[in-house]
Amino acid sequence: MSYRRRSSALHAAGAGAALAWCAALALTAIVESSPVVLGALALVVLCASAFAGVWRELRRALWLASLLALAICVVNALVTREGLTVIWRFGNLPILGQTNVTLEATVYGAVSGLRAATLVLLGALYSLAVDPDQVLMLFRRWSFRSALSATIATRMVPVLIRDSKRLADAQRCRPGAAPGRLQLIRATTSGVLDRALDVAAALEVRGYATARPAPGGARRPMSRHDIGFAAAAAGVVSISVAARIAGWSAFSAYPVLRVPAGVHEIAVGGALALVSLAPFADRRGVGA
Amino acid sequence: MSLGAQHHARAEPLVSIDELTYRYPAATTPALDAVSLAVNAGEFVVVAGASGSGKSTLLRAVSGLVPHFYGGALSGHVSVAGNDTRAHGPGDLAREVGTLFQDPETQIVMGTVRAELAFAVENRGWRPAAVARAVEEVALALAVDGLLDRPTAELSGGELQRVALGATLAGRPAVACLDEPTSQLDPVAGDELIGLLRRLNEDQDLTVILAEHRLERCLAAADRVIGMVGGRIEFDGPSLGFLEWALRSAPYLVTPGARMLSRVGLDPQPGVKAARAALRAARLLPDLARTPPPDAESESGPTRALPQRRWKRAKQPQALTFDRVWNELRDGPVALRGLSLSIAPGERVALMGRNGAGKSTLLRHAAGLMKPTRGQVEASGRVALLLQNPTDYLVRDRVAEEAPAAALERFGVAALADRHPRDLSGGEKQRLALAIVLGDGREEAGGAGASAGGSGLQDPAVLCLDEPTRGMDRAAKEDLVAILRTVAGAVIVATHDPELAAAFADRVILLADGAVIADGTTAQVLCGGAYFATETARILGGAGGALLPEAGAALLRRERVSADVGVTVRR
Repeated sequence: MSYRRRSSALHAAGAGAALAWCAALALTAIVESSPVVLGALALVVLCASAFAGVWRELRRALWLASLLALAICVVNALVTREGLTVIWRFGNLPILGQTNVTLEATVYGAVSGLRAATLVLLGALYSLAVDPDQVLMLFRRWSFRSALSATIATRMVPVLIRDSKRLADAQRCRPGAAPGRLQLIRATTSGVLDRALDVAAALEVRGYATARPAPGGARRPMSRHDIGFAAAAAGVVSISVAARIAGWSAFSAYPVLRVPAGVHEIAVGGALALVSLAPFADRRGVGA
Repeated sequence: MSLGAQHHARAEPLVSIDELTYRYPAATTPALDAVSLAVNAGEFVVVAGASGSGKSTLLRAVSGLVPHFYGGALSGHVSVAGNDTRAHGPGDLAREVGTLFQDPETQIVMGTVRAELAFAVENRGWRPAAVARAVEEVALALAVDGLLDRPTAELSGGELQRVALGATLAGRPAVACLDEPTSQLDPVAGDELIGLLRRLNEDQDLTVILAEHRLERCLAAADRVIGMVGGRIEFDGPSLGFLEWALRSAPYLVTPGARMLSRVGLDPQPGVKAARAALRAARLLPDLARTPPPDAESESGPTRALPQRRWKRAKQPQALTFDRVWNELRDGPVALRGLSLSIAPGERVALMGRNGAGKSTLLRHAAGLMKPTRGQVEASGRVALLLQNPTDYLVRDRVAEEAPAAALERFGVAALADRHPRDLSGGEKQRLALAIVLGDGREEAGGAGASAGGSGLQDPAVLCLDEPTRGMDRAAKEDLVAILRTVAGAVIVATHDPELAAAFADRVILLADGAVIADGTTAQVLCGGAYFATETARILGGAGGALLPEAGAALLRRERVSADVGVTVRR
């Protein structure tokens, strides 16, 4: 899963605007607790991936995110001792002890899982649609090394995926019993270290160790897509803050479940979706 | 004035190495032993030597990676453009030295070609306008301007290496240190890269220090050759003198053309042009009308007609059969286009073609790692596949645990049984990986495999090797050919190395764009082209189907006799 320039408004936007848009959605997913609003945000990410032309790539992340959400929900239901509405009595389980599953713990786990899944999907969308090289340029003037390290870490992901595929293929070519999982993990780790050493040597000879930030120069003029996504980011943050102040998206699970899903929550979710996805409607100048 | 020109003006060596001895951490012997060398600005220097002779270490010393990155013990001095490498690390020296390694994949650190080319100069804190200009100029010089906005992850091996070279040169370094940059390239891309370096050397006064195993590719471009043996410089002089020295002292470094000329009593010459001139002067250049290349015998050109003919004729049991195999990648190109061919039991086949022609894909289909989207692949028994990187097979802690004892014995690695597999040399890893994929033959009981090499082991019906000689020196290649000759089943080797194909194969299949474009005997295919041809065939114009120096020399001796007879008759 890596960035590739495509014909979409999100790809056409500069890294600053795209990053702000992703950050605004992530921030909202972190601070909002209403299942309606979180559901709307998850829907926004899925629609955005389709509009950005990365839906196929995002499907794998969707699968992982769903598993993660389910795991969080189940674990929370099993280990949390809070909530008054018991929906299942497991009795005395090994390790866990007396286990009663409550409705409140289950719903709280589901909402937490939805939040985690939304963030995972948003991270995947960021990887697929925001140019890491532009992100490096963006942060260079403040923290060159940190930005570069982050960019290279992102860049190493596809390299390591290719390496692990190669290793898996080589193991399929071995006759007889396959090596143990531990041995494969150790071999993979050695390979990663070798790769890291090679990349480090390449960085050294390109002057990374003595890198210094460039003096200020002419900035790229803001495109219509930069303006669109920056405005959308500001809109998302504004709606989120307004909803918090008005208390429209309050959610509490313990001791008794309180899930407001009235007009206000639906309006907040709808407004977030509308504002977030509006920049995708502008298809002018999106060519790859 | 370029940096190189400035150093010319100063008339000081650009690179000065004085009594350099270097030992890697935990090594028992020095990688460089009392090396002294001076390289002037604008020189094109080729560093030749067997694997482990110290070529790469010498380049690392010039770029400052030795000792700053690798550690170890160093004595003596290295100075680059007046900077002592003890005081200046690779980051500082990057202003003067551009370094290119073998594997382009690990050198590309950015997402797009434009960002990659800009990376080194941005590190120096150049202004955006200067960065943009440097990127534009280097992209034009290396003909990668059409790739500037392409993601680096989508580039072919040749394109990646070209971009890596661009990133090396974007900051206009005074000297370029290149460590086997053509080892992963097909002959076309490899020749292009050497030509490009020569042009930059001539046009921009770039000093080039190039370590290479395929000397036939680069000696003609070199002003000077350094011959290294066991960490010491044993020869330092022009290409011609190098070949004379190599014939006396290091035969494994002699190019095929030089070997052929020496066998007919002529002075060795670097490159095809000089060798042809020498033959012409000695009136030995074969008359193509009298000794035509094998391909010219038929009007239709048998190499084009052969694939279909072979396929239709294949009625007897075949070791491997491809029946109209297609591989169409999802969201990607067509890797194989209706490919049909059959491989007979025990046949030795070289699979050639440019990077991305479909060679690896074909082998993966043969071994069952990939399934055709259309068509069928059938094998008469197990198909063993040795992929490009032998290290991928090595997952255990001891060599003895990787493969059965008999297999280790057969491939000459039994003595290394207690070593860690990843500590072996490249050639040793290759042999161990072969022992792993060929295994102990237990799966072959009752199958098509045959006992081989007197070892009692059952070989698979087909052994496929994908680029097995990348980065190997000539001696290691000869070892590999000797090993492959002991394999009883059919052997298919995907390779960019025409010399290996000529030494090992009795049939060559040339692929382009996922389809077979030539299929014939080794002589038919390798005598008929400019790139996919051995140096001997290129010198002789394919005359008589001679591919290797010995065959070429025999042909030339016959030419000499014919010429003498002709002269006698005319008298």
